[in-house]
Amino acid sequence: MTQSLLHTPLHQTHLTLGGRMVPFAGWEMPIQYKEGILAEARAVRSGSGLFDVSHMGRIWLSGPQAAALLGWVTTADVAKLSLGQGRYTLLCAETGGILDDAILYRLGEQEHLLVCNASNRPAVWEWLQRWRQERFPSVSLTDRTTEVGMIAFQGPASIPIMERLSQGLPKRLRPFRITQATIAGIPALVARTGYTGEDGFEVMPSASDAQALWRLLQETGAAPCGLGSRDVLRLEAGLPLHGNDITLSTNPYEAGLDRFVASDKDSVCSVALRGIVQRGLLKKLTGFKMLERGVPRHGYPILKDDNPIGEVTSGGYSPTLDAYIGMGYVSVELSAPGSPFQVDVRGKRQEAEAVPLPFYSRRRA
Amino acid sequence: MHPNDRRYSKEHEWVMLEPDGRALVGITHYAQDHLGDVVYLDLPSPGAKLAQFQKLGEVESVKAVSDLFSPIAGLVTEVNQVLVNRPELVNQDPYGQGWMVRLASVNRDDLRHLMTAPQYEEYLSKLE
Repeated sequence: MTQSLLHTPLHQTHLTLGGRMVPFAGWEMPIQYKEGILAEARAVRSGSGLFDVSHMGRIWLSGPQAAALLGWVTTADVAKLSLGQGRYTLLCAETGGILDDAILYRLGEQEHLLVCNASNRPAVWEWLQRWRQERFPSVSLTDRTTEVGMIAFQGPASIPIMERLSQGLPKRLRPFRITQATIAGIPALVARTGYTGEDGFEVMPSASDAQALWRLLQETGAAPCGLGSRDVLRLEAGLPLHGNDITLSTNPYEAGLDRFVASDKDSVCSVALRGIVQRGLLKKLTGFKMLERGVPRHGYPILKDDNPIGEVTSGGYSPTLDAYIGMGYVSVELSAPGSPFQVDVRGKRQEAEAVPLPFYSRRRA
Repeated sequence: MHPNDRRYSKEHEWVMLEPDGRALVGITHYAQDHLGDVVYLDLPSPGAKLAQFQKLGEVESVKAVSDLFSPIAGLVTEVNQVLVNRPELVNQDPYGQGWMVRLASVNRDDLRHLMTAPQYEEYLSKLE
């Protein structure tokens, strides 16, 4: 039986704009609009772009034990977050494997927001409920995903535009901070975060205000962008995608996410993660560049001296670098920049070389 | 939209006969639109002999890999090198600069198995 797909509050907007709709994690989402994926990616790097990310899971946690529950299920030192501060974090299983990656925000003294991947929303919800029941019963959990829209407004031009629409908000809102604000009269939670490698915002208005906010931002010249360009941009920025680059069978250390693990606290996964550190790593998530023309794609074997040594977890053409790039797990030794290996591109062995991540980082003002 | 000076295959390739009897082969506007941004082309080397509807190569867009089939039998005499370095021309000009290979010794009888522009347009209208 096929399940009907969920629609975000911006569904009609996508159809009107000629968005190409595809099923994604139970939602019907635009993969691209008329200009195409590469034009959208370029718009974000040089100007600004708008993404509907209302499919992402948004779970509110409140009560005196909310921070403790989040501290137990994530790798972050949640107790240290100040009001309005956000943090990229990981939810790991008892094995140390990654259940999901997320951004958590401290909204109030006893209120937090967890933004997780759409595809993992049911698993994250179940995981939170399990630990709430076992250890932190007073925490109240509310999934407001369908009540609240979310628009990512990304790119260098997003800063002056937001400056104008919100009476100087960018000056008050540093990266990875969140605040309640009003954008040209529309109330929304605004975070200085994103998944593109550019400066920008993730704006959460009520579902009923989402279309008006989108229209307003689009009128400033922001390009509508779909899931396709979002994937290109995050790959260029070396940001992992859960399900591809990080999974239940990979851990934060081999994924190069050490700096997001607070090692001096107890959590669901702390014993496992300490064990991983003690034993040392066997493989590492590594960026590479193709030395020959050819597109490395998810699942293609990585070879060394004709032996399979790993798989491409993400890959594609980078419009910003005009290069074919990818990521995959290889031995720690081969993860050093400059190490040569090959990618099996549908039967053709093509030369590649390890390069440092990220592939692209914006120039900071 | 689809030029009348060539024939079309159900796989959305076109073939155009040149005055000297050779033929140019490419993909249609519909094909490039559905593929999205083309980022890589894998084309045969000159000298390759192709039967009608035999695999000619591969075209890769940002999201997917698709096989290319030769709409006509012939011998590859030239590959569009400009296109290999600038695959986006497939999107920008599928019927002009987006040509992929030039064939000699083509089998003109193969044209009977292909569609004219109006027939192709009708074929597309049934796909949607």
